[in-house]
Amino acid sequence: MTRGRTWQLIVYVFLLGFILNLAGIVSHVVVSAFAKRWFGKPLPPAFTTDWFTYAWTNFELDHVLLITLFIALAVVFIALVIGFPAAYILARRNFRAKPVLLLLYFLPLLIPQMTYGIPLATTLYKFGVGGTIPGVILAVLVPMVPLAIFVLLPFFEQISLNLEWSASMLGATRLQIFRRVLLPLMVPGILTAGLLVLVNTISNFELAFLMAGGGSQTLVVALYYNVFAGGVRPVYSIDAMAVIYMVMVMSVLLIALRFVRPTQMVFRLDQPRR
Amino acid sequence: MARARTDDRSELDLVAMLCLAPSLLYVLVMFVYPFMYGIYASLQPPKGPAWSLKNYVSFFTDAYQYKTIATTFELALPNSIAVVLFALFFAYNMRRGVWAERTITTILVLPISLGVIFLSEGILGFYGTNGWLNQMLLGAGLIQEPLELTHNFIGVILSLFMQNFPFCFLMLLGYISGIDPSLESSARMLGAGPWTIFRRVMLPLIAPGLVIAFALVFVMSFAVFPSAVMVGQPAGSTRTISIAAYQQAFEQYDMSYASAIAVIMGLCQLAALIVIVLVRRRMTVVTTMGVGKR
Amino acid sequence: MLTASHDFRVLKLDGVSRAFGALNALNDVTLEVKRGEFIALLGPSGCGKSTALNCIAGLLALTGGSISLDGQRIDQLRPESRGFGMVFQNYALFPHLTVFDNVAFGLSLQRRPAEEIKERVGTMLDLVRLSGYEERYPGQLSGGQQQRVAIARALVLHPRLMLFDEPLSNLDAKLRVEMRAEIKQLHSRLRLTSIYVTHDQAEALSLSDRIVVLREGVLMQVGTPQDIHDRPANVFVADFMGFRNFFDVTLGPTADGHVTLTTKGGTLRSRAGDGFTAGQDAVLAIRPDDVEVGAAADGKNVLRGKVELVEYLGREIEAAVMTEGQGRLWLRTPKKIAPGDAIDITLPADKLVLLRRE
Repeated sequence: MTRGRTWQLIVYVFLLGFILNLAGIVSHVVVSAFAKRWFGKPLPPAFTTDWFTYAWTNFELDHVLLITLFIALAVVFIALVIGFPAAYILARRNFRAKPVLLLLYFLPLLIPQMTYGIPLATTLYKFGVGGTIPGVILAVLVPMVPLAIFVLLPFFEQISLNLEWSASMLGATRLQIFRRVLLPLMVPGILTAGLLVLVNTISNFELAFLMAGGGSQTLVVALYYNVFAGGVRPVYSIDAMAVIYMVMVMSVLLIALRFVRPTQMVFRLDQPRR
Repeated sequence: MARARTDDRSELDLVAMLCLAPSLLYVLVMFVYPFMYGIYASLQPPKGPAWSLKNYVSFFTDAYQYKTIATTFELALPNSIAVVLFALFFAYNMRRGVWAERTITTILVLPISLGVIFLSEGILGFYGTNGWLNQMLLGAGLIQEPLELTHNFIGVILSLFMQNFPFCFLMLLGYISGIDPSLESSARMLGAGPWTIFRRVMLPLIAPGLVIAFALVFVMSFAVFPSAVMVGQPAGSTRTISIAAYQQAFEQYDMSYASAIAVIMGLCQLAALIVIVLVRRRMTVVTTMGVGKR
Repeated sequence: MLTASHDFRVLKLDGVSRAFGALNALNDVTLEVKRGEFIALLGPSGCGKSTALNCIAGLLALTGGSISLDGQRIDQLRPESRGFGMVFQNYALFPHLTVFDNVAFGLSLQRRPAEEIKERVGTMLDLVRLSGYEERYPGQLSGGQQQRVAIARALVLHPRLMLFDEPLSNLDAKLRVEMRAEIKQLHSRLRLTSIYVTHDQAEALSLSDRIVVLREGVLMQVGTPQDIHDRPANVFVADFMGFRNFFDVTLGPTADGHVTLTTKGGTLRSRAGDGFTAGQDAVLAIRPDDVEVGAAADGKNVLRGKVELVEYLGREIEAAVMTEGQGRLWLRTPKKIAPGDAIDITLPADKLVLLRRE
């Protein structure tokens, strides 16, 4: 019916608007990063890659990238290792405290990072890990462990309990079931959870920012600081740094999207299961 | 799929405890404890008696500080309403699948992945007084003076919208698609037109999801920090409560006061959630969502 | 190595109970299974038959009673130590392993040498007629093929007892009949003690040496297929086994092994039953197939009625007849009758079954 079509058209127009908006924002940053000088004209008169070298040396990007990668990988590893068994138990067992536990795990995802970040930072500073790399890892893990758990949960639920039972009937001990049945079947889940945690850690701002010290700034945090640095930082160099950040995130995102549907990257409301 | 059949080896045996222990301990130690500690610290002002509400009193007597609550509300509320309404509109009209769905959802996931700093930097460039948008509008003769869209309230709203909309949209899309399509079909067979279907059949079913989405977006918007600084006016019209907390912690080094502000922020969010839950209670409708298939 | 090792004589369930919170899924079930027997656990959904099977397997713990093998208690043993084979309703094949690896799974856990595994798996796949499918994955197989792999996987370990949990209910009707025959063949070849859970009475009747009928966790009747079919012990079993017609009766006097019964619509005669006394209330049951169209020569147990509904079943029709005085009756007949016909029907006295009124 035509009324339906009109609505559909409006939807597409708005979506197009949003996408153009996004494209505009992103490409402005990219263009600026390659601009030699740019004032008030639609496009810069000349292009250069010098700003990238400038950013690289002046912002110590090699150092920052290393730190960011190290922190990100550490967070992914720890979140998966301690989240995996927890998700398994939550998927398989039922017990009275389960709703409470699920709520508890959910709170760090529900409550905004700024709200609990300040007390968290206070505590970590009190224990002397404020402003250090381990401090950042510890802080970012707080929402990432629950994220790993909630992403892994549905994957566990999809593995029929019968598979474990039949392995048991065929003589497998618990450890053998874990190694030969659970682990191979959970590879997609582990990948999904790992990639989501990775993307979220790299782009995490609030917690990484609150815990940042001189030598423990992640790429985003360094980007932010350079926007407000004391001296004059040419905006092109900042945008160059932003582009480097974007490339990093996009590459992980592209890899992630090969294994994960976009809708899975957003946390889902409770739905009736199909 | 039915609920997982319980594996019988007594629900919480040693193995289960061992599996849950590391992550549970982590959340308790790194989340619950700092929370508690923050509340405790907020009651121990450095220049006052132990266990006093001095910080809280200071906050509520200092206009510079307590105004932040109103400021933050003025940012969070309209943004949340706008985001949810837009997201509902889009998600509802796309509920039966859409052309190039995967591409569109991928593009929508981008702002979430890129993060707030990149977006804010881009917004400054695109929407700034010298930015492309103004240049286009000026060049086309649609306006005489450049629009002031950044370093103010509008900038923050823009940034918040860009971040929250995709998330809210994807959430609602998933929720609405989960509604049994045969409900809509049967309403059509009974003669209901599209608006009636929306108002009397779908909206009541979507309402719980809407409420959750609104709650999440509001709570997230209320804690807005980097956007308020980068594309807003942190010293003036967009001085949000998180900025106040941050300044106390890292500029005034008064962790106690900062914790108090964080507590107040948390309480405001909690109050909003309670209001939302109460509103939802009044809208309770018995929903049947695809009553269990055999 | 086609014979299964059966190294036990008797499996005994003694007062076995299993509760889930307040719900008693199994209540005081006592049963003996002899070596080589094929036992069917039969009953509607929720009757506890799968629970019973899982308890025997060790996948569920007992909350009461015990299970023993030749006098030795096994209910404390973990499932992997009991040496039983199990075939699940949804096959539970490992999706990430090939057919060969699936069947070889148990053997590789036992760390058998590679040649032995290859040989035994090969023989077993031959037995279930799936040679040549070794490198396929479960996702590439049809339902019937998957089921055969599941059976092979359990059998290859030479278990001393085989447990089947409604293995055919996910298959379509035609395949179900074919697989039934295969299972029966396997059993007669290997003489492997088997316990088979099903809600389908045709499966139970055709496959088993003895049937155990369960209802809400309680044993209703144990007997040969013939017993269960012809002489159900109570109304529930009769109803489940297809007796569609039930009459409330009161017993009158007995003479020559026949008893007169009064109903609210008249009198009937049936064979006398054990343990019934005159004046007692009871229930009389008869199968639709046993109801005869036409009046009997001696005029006994004849009813008049009008045909209400007719269902065409191919060779026969199943019809609902509203009788004068005895309510609605179901019958099966090859005769051609149509709705609206007024007919006589006879209830042969020796086909009527007397049951206790509950």
